Amino acid sequence: MINSVAKLNPKLFDLDIEQKPTRDGYGEGLVIAGEANPNVVVLTADLKESTRCEAFEKKFPERFIEVGVAEQNMATIAAGLGISGKIPFISSYATFSPGRNWEQIRTTICYNDSNVKIAGHHAGVSVGPDGATHQALEDIALMRALPNMKVIVPCDAVEARKATVAATSIWGPVYLRFSRDHSPVITTEETPFTPGKAVVLWKSKKPQVAIVGCGPLLYGALAAAKELEREKIGTVVVNSHTVKPLDERLMLELAETVGRFVTVEEHQIAGGLGGAIAELLAARHPCPIEFIGMRDSFGQSGKPSELIAFYSMGANDIAGAVRRVMGRGAIN
Amino acid sequence: MDVLHDAKVQYLEELANHIRETLIETLLEAGSGHSAGPLGMADIFTALYFHILNHKPKQPKWKERDRLVLSNGHICPVQYVTLAYAGYFPKEELRTLRKMHSRLQGHPHRGSLPGVETTSGPLGSGLSQAIGMALAARMNREKHRVYCLMSDAEHQEGNTWEAAMFAGKERLSNLTAIIDRNNIQIDGFTEEVMPLEPLRAKYEAFNWHVVEVDGHNIRAIVDAVHEAVAIYERPTVIIAHTIPGKGVRFMENDYTWHGKPPGKEEAKAAVRDIRTLNDRIMSEHE
Repeated sequence: MINSVAKLNPKLFDLDIEQKPTRDGYGEGLVIAGEANPNVVVLTADLKESTRCEAFEKKFPERFIEVGVAEQNMATIAAGLGISGKIPFISSYATFSPGRNWEQIRTTICYNDSNVKIAGHHAGVSVGPDGATHQALEDIALMRALPNMKVIVPCDAVEARKATVAATSIWGPVYLRFSRDHSPVITTEETPFTPGKAVVLWKSKKPQVAIVGCGPLLYGALAAAKELEREKIGTVVVNSHTVKPLDERLMLELAETVGRFVTVEEHQIAGGLGGAIAELLAARHPCPIEFIGMRDSFGQSGKPSELIAFYSMGANDIAGAVRRVMGRGAIN
Repeated sequence: MDVLHDAKVQYLEELANHIRETLIETLLEAGSGHSAGPLGMADIFTALYFHILNHKPKQPKWKERDRLVLSNGHICPVQYVTLAYAGYFPKEELRTLRKMHSRLQGHPHRGSLPGVETTSGPLGSGLSQAIGMALAARMNREKHRVYCLMSDAEHQEGNTWEAAMFAGKERLSNLTAIIDRNNIQIDGFTEEVMPLEPLRAKYEAFNWHVVEVDGHNIRAIVDAVHEAVAIYERPTVIIAHTIPGKGVRFMENDYTWHGKPPGKEEAKAAVRDIRTLNDRIMSEHE
């Protein structure tokens, strides 16, 4: 059942649940962060509308910097701003930033420990018709491997807003990952959000599998949990919005008490959240794991729902992964 | 900036030669690193740290200091030696260059060594970091200036031109770039590897003010910076024509000295060249 402590949207399983892209939460968060802190500046590389920077630009034109189609320049200018007392947010599609400008992020933001926040938009196949060139599926891996970098993947627009504001109080480089398509608003104002602390969204009486995910696919995880409960299969659904640093304490607790995992993310299985959890468990408490994510392939054009289904990342696929992992002995 | 009297010019010229000598000793001790670029830039570094920059070596984080970004991080030995001479850290520490646990990393790292404003090494990303600093200063209405030292060959990097375009758009007059135009890079002469000329016209086309100087003429360097300060409507780039390996006859203009240090005998010959100004004067040490 829904974990009441998480104070989720009361209309969670209603057909008319509010749908909103997580990038909208980023745009709202920027304005709030800008009001709270005069050092917040926003940069974009010719994508101010689709990365939702326009409200900030309107309100704080003197703190908005348009660099043109030049993601490497955007990252390095931000590095200079960040070591001069500013808190720059750089906004583009994740395939370009942190895709194209990865080395600049590595050297001038991470190794420099510059206070830059990187907003990677249009993550996952749910970008839809633009096709594989614009569907970022490797960005978590790229960012997770960098020393000094923190990685946050909000599950809905409300959490996206909270994460954006919270990033200003985290010192140093932070990667924030956003999606293009509308997705259900899972959380509420009251849902706890602390970077580095995963949230239990669902907990059956006798959980046999822990479903740990990040991003909008968590809605599918909750739908799967509800369906599985009808089949008398108990699960815990965890929102691991912070991929790095991982909430190790909670993951190890789940390894001991539940003993089986399914990880869920709209990202390559290699190097993402599933990889992070597998690294932890392999070293500290080995458990059977099934991974939901992209299996070493690129996406393609299509409707978001078609793509999620085709690449086996929907609620049915998550439920299937739970049944599969049930067939493997838990080690606890 | 103070007035530059003739006596100060002579003092700076001699100081630059002492810095070259220490550079050779430092590179010999390190056993790896770049020789030609650092020797070629000794006069410019001396002019910057001992006449041009508004800075306080004992307070490296002083808010009003001018910022110096070294974009071509591989010539950092000359910056390290100059910083030590200026009093940022003890000269003895130069012996630790490129060694384990040293503050003197093979390429500069912000936070490791006082006076190093930013991390660099991978080419082409210094100018835009300097732009970020200049933008922050302009937003905060701070008066300090930002200097960015660049190599010529890093103008083969796309990021450099993205930055040049942006600085032109923003009319960043508090930013001065200085290019070490020494015509060499690892694989040979720049005009053979990937021609950069007409470099002046390129910058002018990007809406920069351009000054060309002899990079070994201290007065010309200082005058060019004065001109840059006076230009309000655009950023200025000073194209400093330098001789790679300057002061050491067997290194001068030889690109094979771009990326290697002298051996023991070579270091001895190099120091002799520097002390005698290539046999033009008698050295008191001989």
